[in-house]
Amino acid sequence: MTELINGKGLSLIPKTDAKQGLKDFKSDQEVRWCPGCGDYAILAAVQSFLPELGLRRENIVFVSGIGCSSRFPYYLDTYGFHSIHGRAPAIATGLAASRPDLSVWVITGDGDALSIGGNHLIHALRRNVNLNILLFNNRIYGLTKGQYSPTSEVGKITKSTPMGSLDKPFNPISLALGAEASFVARTLDSDRKHLQSVLREATAHRGASLVEIYQNCNIFNDNAFEQLKDPEVRDDITLRLEHGQPIVSATKAVVRGANGGIEVVARDGVAEDQILVHDAHHPDPSLAFALSRLDEPAFEHVPVGIFRQVDRPAYDVLMAEQLDEAVAQKGPGDLSELLLGGDTWRIG
Amino acid sequence: MTKQVQQLDRVIIRFAGDSGDGMQLTGDRFTAGTAEFGNDLSTLPNFPAEIRAPAGTLPGVSSFQLHFADHDILTPGDAPNVLVAMNPAALKANLGDLPRGADIIANTDEFTKRNLQKVGYAASPLDDDSLSEWRVHAVPLTSLTVKALEGFDLSKKDAERSKNMFALGLLSWLYHRPTEQTIKFLEQKFARKPELAKANIAAFQAGWNYGETTESFSVSYEVKPARLAPGVYRNISGNQALAYGLIAASVQSKLPLFLGSYPITPASDILHELSKHKRFGIRTFQAEDEIAGVGAALGAAFGGALGVTTTSGPGVALKAETVGLAVTTELPLIIVDVQRAGPSTGMPTKTEQTDLLMAMFGRNGESPVPIVAPMSPSDCFDAAVEAARIAVKYRTPVMLLSDGYLANGSEPWRLPEISDLPDISQEFTTEPNGEDGAFLPFKRDPETLARPWAIPGTAGLEHRIGGIEKADGTGNISYDPNNHDLMVRTRAAKIDGIDVPELAVDDPDGDARVLVLGWGSTYGPIAAAVRRIRKSGGKVAQAHLRHLNPLPANTGEVLKSYDRVLLPEINLGQLALLLRARYLVDVISYNRVRGLPFKAEELAGVIQDVIDSD
Repeated sequence: MTELINGKGLSLIPKTDAKQGLKDFKSDQEVRWCPGCGDYAILAAVQSFLPELGLRRENIVFVSGIGCSSRFPYYLDTYGFHSIHGRAPAIATGLAASRPDLSVWVITGDGDALSIGGNHLIHALRRNVNLNILLFNNRIYGLTKGQYSPTSEVGKITKSTPMGSLDKPFNPISLALGAEASFVARTLDSDRKHLQSVLREATAHRGASLVEIYQNCNIFNDNAFEQLKDPEVRDDITLRLEHGQPIVSATKAVVRGANGGIEVVARDGVAEDQILVHDAHHPDPSLAFALSRLDEPAFEHVPVGIFRQVDRPAYDVLMAEQLDEAVAQKGPGDLSELLLGGDTWRIG
Repeated sequence: MTKQVQQLDRVIIRFAGDSGDGMQLTGDRFTAGTAEFGNDLSTLPNFPAEIRAPAGTLPGVSSFQLHFADHDILTPGDAPNVLVAMNPAALKANLGDLPRGADIIANTDEFTKRNLQKVGYAASPLDDDSLSEWRVHAVPLTSLTVKALEGFDLSKKDAERSKNMFALGLLSWLYHRPTEQTIKFLEQKFARKPELAKANIAAFQAGWNYGETTESFSVSYEVKPARLAPGVYRNISGNQALAYGLIAASVQSKLPLFLGSYPITPASDILHELSKHKRFGIRTFQAEDEIAGVGAALGAAFGGALGVTTTSGPGVALKAETVGLAVTTELPLIIVDVQRAGPSTGMPTKTEQTDLLMAMFGRNGESPVPIVAPMSPSDCFDAAVEAARIAVKYRTPVMLLSDGYLANGSEPWRLPEISDLPDISQEFTTEPNGEDGAFLPFKRDPETLARPWAIPGTAGLEHRIGGIEKADGTGNISYDPNNHDLMVRTRAAKIDGIDVPELAVDDPDGDARVLVLGWGSTYGPIAAAVRRIRKSGGKVAQAHLRHLNPLPANTGEVLKSYDRVLLPEINLGQLALLLRARYLVDVISYNRVRGLPFKAEELAGVIQDVIDSD
């Protein structure tokens, strides 16, 4: 089992001794999502989780793009930047790269992060910018009133696709792993305990953390993740990913397949030592990628939890090191010396 | 034989060859020697966008023009006195610019049947009388170089490659240029390949000696040092001056510089330059695209950095939405647009002034942005500091409009005293500004209308900003009709109220009836043309706009105090459109969009026509 060298995600951010509660993180703005929206549960989970970090509130920044979820920053009494469609990871990159003392969060949706902003997302991940990226995936466009999204299933009937959508959807976890992400997780809006446990690990991770949150849009794509919430079936189809633990649901288990891949089998009749033990810290993302493909195409068994969590230097740290190294080599910059640095001559 | 030395007051040389012939390097080194010697100078590099266009063809020709003089000069010159043509293509591409009687130094080795055919010469122009109106010096540059390097352990190809240094040596002899710096430069450039260093130096010296001994050159020329204002000088290109200006702006604003940029011709050298100066705490970020470049710069500005993005026209188009976000969130940001020929990809290495209206209006909604334009390569330094001053003081994105001509051209720069640079620092807001300890992120300074700049990490001032319309004062989301009208007008009033210096007019006798107005890089050619008119007894006034938005308060008054206003622009009349709309003045436009700067002679003719049109 691979162990992490550090989990010092918050070490550079100033702490507070003051006791914080949920109320400290609620802004005075009225929350304006549709009644029943999954965003409420996520907001409440984040607001009640943040006090646990013990960070100075003024050192927390939420940056968002455009979409329903991107209104999130207005409802938190921290610094916030509601930017433009798809660009939150880019804007947050400039902020996080130049301010290692900040806890920077990106709030985005499946359209914002994977359509218009896909390029920025993958580059923020590969650079390992110190960001907690919460990707609210409801598999539909909400704010523009119900067009299919890049995570909608093929054949989705929407206003813009009356005969069904043609596009193969992105799997956000596979995409993030392919983009060299160092922390990739999936959780569910309605499971506060699990959501917060993932946030705990994500904030402890220094670098880019991508957390996909299955979020229900009860207006345009209701019950998209119902199987994961239905008490009748959820324990059967949810494969819990916990580092060092066998990957199982109540009735299923993940084992190595004959072809070298992995497969899901009935838990009954499988010897415990045949069940794959989850290693989120493994340097090679191949297994994490294989796990990310298990839910396709039928959504019959869905891994939930942390797929990958590995140490890699964060972008701001590397950038700061270069500045320090430049000063160490040649001393701090001197404007006069700079201007006189070329071939000069004097007149008069 | 002692050769004759002739005194000249100024010379224009053009080095031209294949893009692989090293003409830009040759020009740079000749420029360095000329700067060291103390002449005033101005340069015009002109090269294809292709890294290596097909050898020997017309599109592959790369040239470098240098104008140097014993007095102060304003342009790289209209017409070369000397053309160094490394091959037939270089001759053919440049002959049209060469006045009768000019010298042509042609590399005869390259005038082969095949090379001649490539550019459509049926016979070598060196052999017939088609060049009889010029003074042709036929020099086998390549074979002389190879011969000079016989003793070196080099392939023939490597030896041939040094022919540009032979040419440089010859021209250095012809114009009495100092040689030490070029030798030192070659030693450093090839420090890891000492054999190549020695070979290039040998080629350079062989070129010099050839000039001294051959009968092909009976005269050499001297151009005495110029009597420029006392001070310490260095030669500098516009892109380098702009980069230095941004560094100075960082120092003078006490803000760490964050550059978010995506490589694009002709702006990339600013990114390259700034990335070398991390000692100043400068963070350079090569983004995944133009949008991320400006986005990261804006994010850094939110965090308290001096956020800068550098690009050229197509990049500005991509950045427009983020610039709009900076307008409405009222954060400082500098957008450097090194303009190039458009539309679309256009001609990436050629110059133009065609982005003015995009800088003014190229965003959705009412989104005014201040615009500053440098007027010469070295002025890019001051213009960058000025752009930063406005951005920081008024919390606004600022467009800095350079262009390809300024970016790659160079001139001697009298270094400023550091103590003379303006202090452009502003305090971050650290205290609540509302009742009961509330913080109102959009409560403005009554004088500048700037909003507070409170950066993350400041306790008690936590606030949210964004692209949605904000309520005056609180900054909360607002769809109130009257509030929107107020905010639109207030943002406009803030930009209109920026303090910019009055427009100065150069009118020595005060009785000119014609004003020539310009902006940006046309300053040199316009001023040179104005000199010509005055020298021949004509009366003309000149004014040049550095601030395009807001315009200086006296602009209308200046325009209306002349019978006629002539406005040359390297576009189809973009500033003219603005001035006509704003001041109802019948500005006379003169426009050329050839990807090249104006020539002084051309503009002098246009000015004279306007003067004579009474």
